[in-house]
Amino acid sequence: MQLAMHLHHLLYVAAGGSVPGSTSTPYQLHIINLGALAYGLAAIGPGVGIGIIFGKFMESIARQPEAQGRLTGFLWIGFALTEALALIGIAVFYFLK
Amino acid sequence: MNLVVAAQVAGQCTPASSHILSGCPYPAPSINDFYFTPLFTIGHFQFDKPMLLVLLSTLIVLTFFWAAFRKPKLVPRGVQNVGELGILFVRDQILRPQLGKKGDSWLPFLCALFFFIWINNIFGVIPILYFPATSRFEYPAILTAMVWVLYMGIGMWKQGPLRYLKNLAVPSGAPLWILPLLAPIDFLSNVFIRPFTLSVRLWANMLAGHVLLLVFALATWYLLTASYELVFSAASFVVLIALTGLELLIQLLQAFIFTVLTAFYISGAYETSH
Repeated sequence: MQLAMHLHHLLYVAAGGSVPGSTSTPYQLHIINLGALAYGLAAIGPGVGIGIIFGKFMESIARQPEAQGRLTGFLWIGFALTEALALIGIAVFYFLK
Repeated sequence: MNLVVAAQVAGQCTPASSHILSGCPYPAPSINDFYFTPLFTIGHFQFDKPMLLVLLSTLIVLTFFWAAFRKPKLVPRGVQNVGELGILFVRDQILRPQLGKKGDSWLPFLCALFFFIWINNIFGVIPILYFPATSRFEYPAILTAMVWVLYMGIGMWKQGPLRYLKNLAVPSGAPLWILPLLAPIDFLSNVFIRPFTLSVRLWANMLAGHVLLLVFALATWYLLTASYELVFSAASFVVLIALTGLELLIQLLQAFIFTVLTAFYISGAYETSH
C-alpha cells in the first residue's frame, strides 16, 4: 500500500505535476535526478555488449593466437560502436540538467 | 553550516578559490564549464577559446605535414619518418581495409580528418589549453555534415539518385516479405541515424572525458589541506593521472573510429556492397 502510494507520487511528479512548496522545473524529478536515472539505464546494454565483445576476443585468441593482429582492429571498432550508446545517455544527462 | 551560507552569499566561491576549509561547496563541473567568454567580439561574431583551439590545431597539422614532406627523400630522415608513420597508419589501418587499393586518392582527406580530430582531442590534456574543442557539439557536427554530404552525394552521383535511395532502403539479399518493415528502418538508419551517431559518439566521448578530468582536478584542489587529510587530495590526484592515460587512449580511438566509419560510408556509396 505504502509502495503503491510512493510509486503514484513519483509518477505524478515525473509527469510534470508539481508538489506544492517545492521549486522544480517540469522536467526534473526533485526526488531523484532524472538524468542520472536515464544514464544508469542507458549503461546496462553497452555494459553487457562490451563484455561480450572483449570476451569473444579473448576466446578467439585463446583458440587461434595467430589471428590476434587481424582481430584487434575489429575489437576497437566494435568497442567504440557499442560505447556510443552509453555515451548518448550521458549526453542526455546534460540536457536534463 | 553558517560558514557555507555566508561564503556563498558573499559570492566569493569561484571554482579557483573553493576550498573545503573556506566553507565553499564543491564546485561541481556543469555545462557552464563548456561556455567561454569571448576573447574578442567583432559586431555579432564572438571569437572564443574553442575557435582559437580549432585554428591552432589546423595550424599544427598543416605545419607538421608541410615540414615533413617539404623535400621528401627516398630514404626518410628526421620529421619525414614521423610523417610517414602517420600517413602509413591512416593508409594501412583505415583506408585499405575499407576502400581497397584503388581508394588511395582518398588518402589526403582521411589523413587530414584523422589528424585534425586527434589533435583537437589531445588539447583536452595539454597544459594551458586543457579543452577538447570537439566537446562542443558544433565541431563534430560540421565534420559529420561534411561526411554526410560526401557519402550521399557520391552515392547519388555514382549510382543515380533513385537507385541509390533504393539501395539505402533495401539491403541486398533481404527476402521480399520483410521489406515493408525493413525498408523504412534501413532508410532512416542510413540517412538520419548514421550522421547522428557519428557526431554524438565523438562529441559525447569528449564531453564525458573532459567532465571526468574536471571532477578529479577540482577535487584535488578542493581537498588540499595542511593536515593528514591531504591523503584525500593525493588519492584524487592519482586518479586524475590514471584518467588522463585513459583519456589519451579514448582520444586516439575516437579519431580512429570517426575516420574508419567515414571510409566505410564512402565505400558504401561507391558500390552497393554485401
